[in-house]
Amino acid sequence: MSLFVTELRRLAKRRVTRLLLVLLVLGLAGVATAFSFSSHKLSKEVVAAAQVEADHQYRQAVKDWERTVADCDAAKARGEATEERFGPNCGRDWQPQPEMFDPKWNLPYQFDFRAEFPTFIAVFAGAVALFAFIVGASFVGAEWSTGGMMNLLLWRPKRLAVLGTKMAALLTTVLGVTVVLGAFWTLAFWLIGRYRGTTVKVTAGVWRSIGLDGLRAVGIVLAIGAIAFALASLGRHTAMALGAAVAVFAISEIGIRIAVGVLSIPFGDRYVLSTYAQAWFMKQVKLFDYDACQFAKGQCEPAELLVTWQDSALVFGLGAAVVLVAAFWAMRKRDIA
Amino acid sequence: MTAVLEIEGLRKTYRSRKRGVRHALDGFDMRVEAGQVHGFLGPNGSGKTTTLRTLLGLIRPNGGRMALLGQELPRALPAVAGQVGAIVESPQFFPHFSARDTLGLLAQAGELPRQRVDEVLELVGLRDRAGERVKTYSLGMKQRLAVASALLKNPKLLILDEPANGLDPGGIREMRSLMRDLAAAGMTVVLSSHILGEIQLICDSVTIISLGRRVAYGPVDEVLAAHSQGAVRVRLEAVTDLPQAADTLSRAGVRVTTEADHLMLAGVDKPATVSRLLAERGLYVSELTPVAVDLESVFLELTATAPVPGQHRQVDQSTKVEGGWGA
Ligand SMILES: Nc1ncnc2c1ncn2[C@@H]1O[C@H](COP(=O)(O)OP(=O)(O)OP(=O)(O)O)[C@@H](O)[C@H]1O
Ligand SMILES: [Mg+2]
Repeated sequence: MSLFVTELRRLAKRRVTRLLLVLLVLGLAGVATAFSFSSHKLSKEVVAAAQVEADHQYRQAVKDWERTVADCDAAKARGEATEERFGPNCGRDWQPQPEMFDPKWNLPYQFDFRAEFPTFIAVFAGAVALFAFIVGASFVGAEWSTGGMMNLLLWRPKRLAVLGTKMAALLTTVLGVTVVLGAFWTLAFWLIGRYRGTTVKVTAGVWRSIGLDGLRAVGIVLAIGAIAFALASLGRHTAMALGAAVAVFAISEIGIRIAVGVLSIPFGDRYVLSTYAQAWFMKQVKLFDYDACQFAKGQCEPAELLVTWQDSALVFGLGAAVVLVAAFWAMRKRDIA
Repeated sequence: MTAVLEIEGLRKTYRSRKRGVRHALDGFDMRVEAGQVHGFLGPNGSGKTTTLRTLLGLIRPNGGRMALLGQELPRALPAVAGQVGAIVESPQFFPHFSARDTLGLLAQAGELPRQRVDEVLELVGLRDRAGERVKTYSLGMKQRLAVASALLKNPKLLILDEPANGLDPGGIREMRSLMRDLAAAGMTVVLSSHILGEIQLICDSVTIISLGRRVAYGPVDEVLAAHSQGAVRVRLEAVTDLPQAADTLSRAGVRVTTEADHLMLAGVDKPATVSRLLAERGLYVSELTPVAVDLESVFLELTATAPVPGQHRQVDQSTKVEGGWGA
């Protein structure tokens, strides 16, 4: 227990943790603030104004059309060729219709909490996951590379317990940061919806669904923190985790994408990690195989492959488990010099 | 006397694909009695740090037996760790924390009272700089912090790997009196160092290691006596007689080295025989002194690492003890 508290303190004392936390808070606050300015509440006046503008646009269009037709007739009377400039029949068939001027087009953007907040949960999770990754990797990486780990093991010669406690301290901190900032994030967007957008149809069911999205966000953030921690501990250096992340990203998002493209493997995206990240947040991603289509035979329903968030759980869970087992195994076996 | 530290037949082999195997420890034995200040000596790369790391559970040995404070390692290490304070070869600290924070975190992990931190900071002379980041410390200040971290637990056994590394002369002397005080208070100290004058001054006993094996051990005076080998310095009234005297003595079976104005003899049992032998030839001795050896020369002789003019000795060129483990 004392070790756990010590590690919490050590993590909180670190400059990387503090600096990144400040950046994270500033970044999230910046997004929320910018967003609150770009959203506008659709009050009766705004809707009425949009209607007025649409009517005006319609009348203007009709006026323009009438003038064009008149110009065309005049030109025709002078014996000029008009087909090319004005179209057949002097464009008489193109009379503007009122339904072409939907007042919706004149409305400013309004944030819809129910429809759009889930996307912002993913944005939040991405930012916090980045925080968890860097803090997690540097927490143990710097300990290894500066000899702090060795010092600690002279005091607590139980290697697995030490590594486990450090990781527990990291995940507790990350969880705390995620929950607290997540609460503020939700509150901020609810307020944006309430005062500068809309919160209609936000039922208990919607809140439950948001809660589940939040849980999945917490899950991925913790998994990424743990993976970063394990990678840096395996490599005994912060840079190892960052390097591994860049390598995996490059291989998965660029290498595999190109390879499946060249080899025209059906549903190639199922080998790409970002598909699973997407599925994790959206609950499912549908992949289509347009190559299987034979358009010559007319309309085609392309073959589908459904990637669900359970598949993502399997992929990320397995990935995390493999790195964690490797990290703890290495901690047990390898010399510390 | 009870042994605080026991090592028998310890082996550690490093394997690398490129350079093959290296026996860093090759059947090493060591024994330290309670309450002693014990010097742990050996040339570079002889295995001192490897031994200490293995004792402290940082390295897994390939064979042998170890015990600390009467308990078998590595099984009992968690139980005895609280009573063993150690620094291993210029330890590094997290550079952005202050000395006080560094020690505070260790004390908390070891469930020690916070005031102990200030006590040890005072003890090693870092009191006034304890709030500064370790990054800004000089080599000797870092070394003092390391000693402070080892003393923090108020251990029964203190293991210091080259603690004087980087200390100023005053610091070395303070370290010497600190060791003495600690030993007087009942602490056992194991000290690895290359400053043999220091070792001779403060240690009760020594272990000398070369290429992963013990080459000598025991109380300092016994080790010195066992290896002084009857060294005697001889001066004659006439320097011109030196070659003749050397010739006479070597024919009598004495090992002689001729110097500019005197002879150095080795393997002399009774100095009186020397003066008798020479007097028989009409050579008159003006000085005949048994030479007291110091630890440095014994060390150089035992490890065979004395510099030879015109040669550059490479590391790993030192005494190799042949025979079974623990020879
Ligand atoms: N991690 C390692 N991998 C391979 N060989 C090693 C490793 N650590 C030490 N050695 C080798 O083991 C031998 C003993 O090294 P050790 O550090 O114990 O020497 P030492 O007695 O402490 O020397 P010094 O007086 O220079 O500190 C050396 O030959 C060294 O090269
Ligand atoms: Mg060493």
